[in-house]
Amino acid sequence: MKVSIFITCLVDQLYPQVGMAMANLLTRLRVEVTFNEEQTCCGQPAFNSGYHPEARSVAEQMLRLFARELESTDYIVAPSGSCVTMIRKYPELFADNAELKLQAEYVRQRLYELSHFLVEVLGVEDVGSEFEGRVTYHDSCHLLRELGVSRPPRKLINAVRGVEFVELDDAEVCCGFGGTFSVKHPEISAAIAAEKVACIERSRADAVVACDASCLMQIGGMLSRKGSAIRTLHLAELLASPVSK
Amino acid sequence: MSTDNTTQPESFGENSRRALTNPLLQRALTIATVKATSARSVAVTHVGPANWEQLRDRAHAIKKHTIENLDFYLEKFAGNVERLGGKVYWAQTADDACKYVAELAQRRGVQEIVKSKSMMSEEIGLNHALEDAGIKPIETDLGEYIVQLANERPSHINMPAIHKTRSDVADLFAEKLGVERTEEIAEMTALARRVLRARFAEAQMGVTGVNYAIADTGTIVLVENEGNIRLTTSLPRIHVAIMGIEKVIPNLQDLDVFLLLLSRSASGQKMCSYVSLLTGARSSQDEEGPDEFHVVLVDNGRVEMLSDKQLRESLYCIRCGACLNVCPVYRKIGGHAYGWVYPGPIGAVLTPQMIGLDRATSLPFASSLCGACGDVCPVKIKLPDMLLHLRQRINDNGHIKTKARKRDRLERLSFKFWAMAMKTSRRYRYVACFGRLVQALIRKRNANGSVSLRVPQWSDTRDFPPLARRSFREQWRDRSH
Ligand code: SF4
Repeated sequence: MKVSIFITCLVDQLYPQVGMAMANLLTRLRVEVTFNEEQTCCGQPAFNSGYHPEARSVAEQMLRLFARELESTDYIVAPSGSCVTMIRKYPELFADNAELKLQAEYVRQRLYELSHFLVEVLGVEDVGSEFEGRVTYHDSCHLLRELGVSRPPRKLINAVRGVEFVELDDAEVCCGFGGTFSVKHPEISAAIAAEKVACIERSRADAVVACDASCLMQIGGMLSRKGSAIRTLHLAELLASPVSK
Repeated sequence: MSTDNTTQPESFGENSRRALTNPLLQRALTIATVKATSARSVAVTHVGPANWEQLRDRAHAIKKHTIENLDFYLEKFAGNVERLGGKVYWAQTADDACKYVAELAQRRGVQEIVKSKSMMSEEIGLNHALEDAGIKPIETDLGEYIVQLANERPSHINMPAIHKTRSDVADLFAEKLGVERTEEIAEMTALARRVLRARFAEAQMGVTGVNYAIADTGTIVLVENEGNIRLTTSLPRIHVAIMGIEKVIPNLQDLDVFLLLLSRSASGQKMCSYVSLLTGARSSQDEEGPDEFHVVLVDNGRVEMLSDKQLRESLYCIRCGACLNVCPVYRKIGGHAYGWVYPGPIGAVLTPQMIGLDRATSLPFASSLCGACGDVCPVKIKLPDMLLHLRQRINDNGHIKTKARKRDRLERLSFKFWAMAMKTSRRYRYVACFGRLVQALIRKRNANGSVSLRVPQWSDTRDFPPLARRSFREQWRDRSH
């Protein structure tokens, strides 16, 4: 199986280790991984801020790139529920252009968020990884509510050797990031994050895992400000280290 | 409506900061919203998630059908009300509606009106208009009564005094009713009850809202927990019901679906304590009830909303308040921060439509777009999509230049630049390189020794991670070579 990975701009620039972890993990699972260097951003920041012409111009070149990629690969996989949600909205964004809309619908069917892809398409829950510690999981909003993915990441985490999984109180409540919302209304955004962090602290976890770098940036930023020792990990990072024989 | 000028939708930023620094408000909000949301979840589990979805689909379909044929159903409803001896008044604006009620009261020599909780009454500013006409409105819902005594306005659709703690109310009662201060809830309710009972006994006119209006039978349906609506609609000689034109549903069978959804969504209750179905004025055979029954059908911008394909669904709202309770933003700032009558996600959608886009430009942006509101909405209103749509509409309306928008001019420019930068991977790389160069200027060391960036609007409250020394694409290139 051949997969073209979409590395979101946030992962590319701030959390490259997440992208590397995902690529290594897929390779370990015998998936042939390709990465098209022409990719930039899915267009979500502009789209969610109400700048549709700007979002469209960026999304269009990404859509064409994905469509090209799918000529030689089976799936597009991304380490983000949020960006996958955005790309899944392309048919709507290009509703007035028959050609692009068709392409968008095709891409939409072949596009997966990482945890969803591992469990649904590859059919694996135990990826043969190891991590020592107590781990909790935060549901990122778009992954949970737009893509309906809540079990796959939990299954994957639970199967990791050495992990003691603990459910987070209010796991499905937003972390308060919300893209430009986090800078437009920083006080509200941070107040919401503080609630999230309080739940995380109560879980007494060593690490909080999520499937979106944006949530981790928000939660991690709050934990770090509080001087907390709790780590933030992207699911790909948690699954990265293979069981040592 | 007691509006102090500081809480307007366009001062959302200040309003919310004030709310965030009020610890009592924070506590009150958390307690009430957590209680309501968890009770709702339990109720949904009891119904069964699959059944619940079916009910929501059904409710959505009924609303869609009715709203798309609103003229037909409204005529039918109005015809039936009149056939049964009621009076119907079609009010195009808030002023029309207020004027009708005030003039009716004046004509009948009414000095005091008992009222039940009604968001429509808030929307049209009825209390204010009545007071101006020399008529005293008395709120009889406990929460509304508290809010009225405090000279405030409700901060929630169905928990009007959600922003008040028990001790706030104790202070208020002691001050305004001249009684000894007590925090005993039973004593406080008994006190309010005593005061209000006397008003009920004397009032000549009762004003209520309407939860549903049944076209087929001309019946209005009212749901409540306190019994004050029963009294408002049965003791006074005149009953005036004011309703938005979107409240009509085709027939009694349809009511079932909404009754199943409404109380569960609002508070997790299987059924409200009182459900009143009132049909027409008192007939010669009836032993009790008002002699006069008036229905005020209020448009106040709804016809225009109806013609707006993108936002029409906001007329499906049954005012359950679930989207407020579940909204992480509402939970932190409460209802007053939204600066107008309807708060929370539905308020952020309704307010710009009702008072004008240019007077509420902040509200559609006051959301993290987490989608929780759309998920709980019993009539499946796609609230996040509408918020997104309104954001776009506000940006597209370049002529909107309010204070709140001025700050966003820079944002528009940034997105123009962003779109240019993201257009090709080469430009994207240049920008990233540039970012890595300048980040040295804004680096700082955190308490725990790690490094973060000083980013405006972010770093006051949280740490911002530095850009990675080498991006993924660079690392990937190394790996492939
Ligand atoms: S929008 Fe939906 S959830 Fe919100 S108050 Fe209206 S019916 Fe209830």
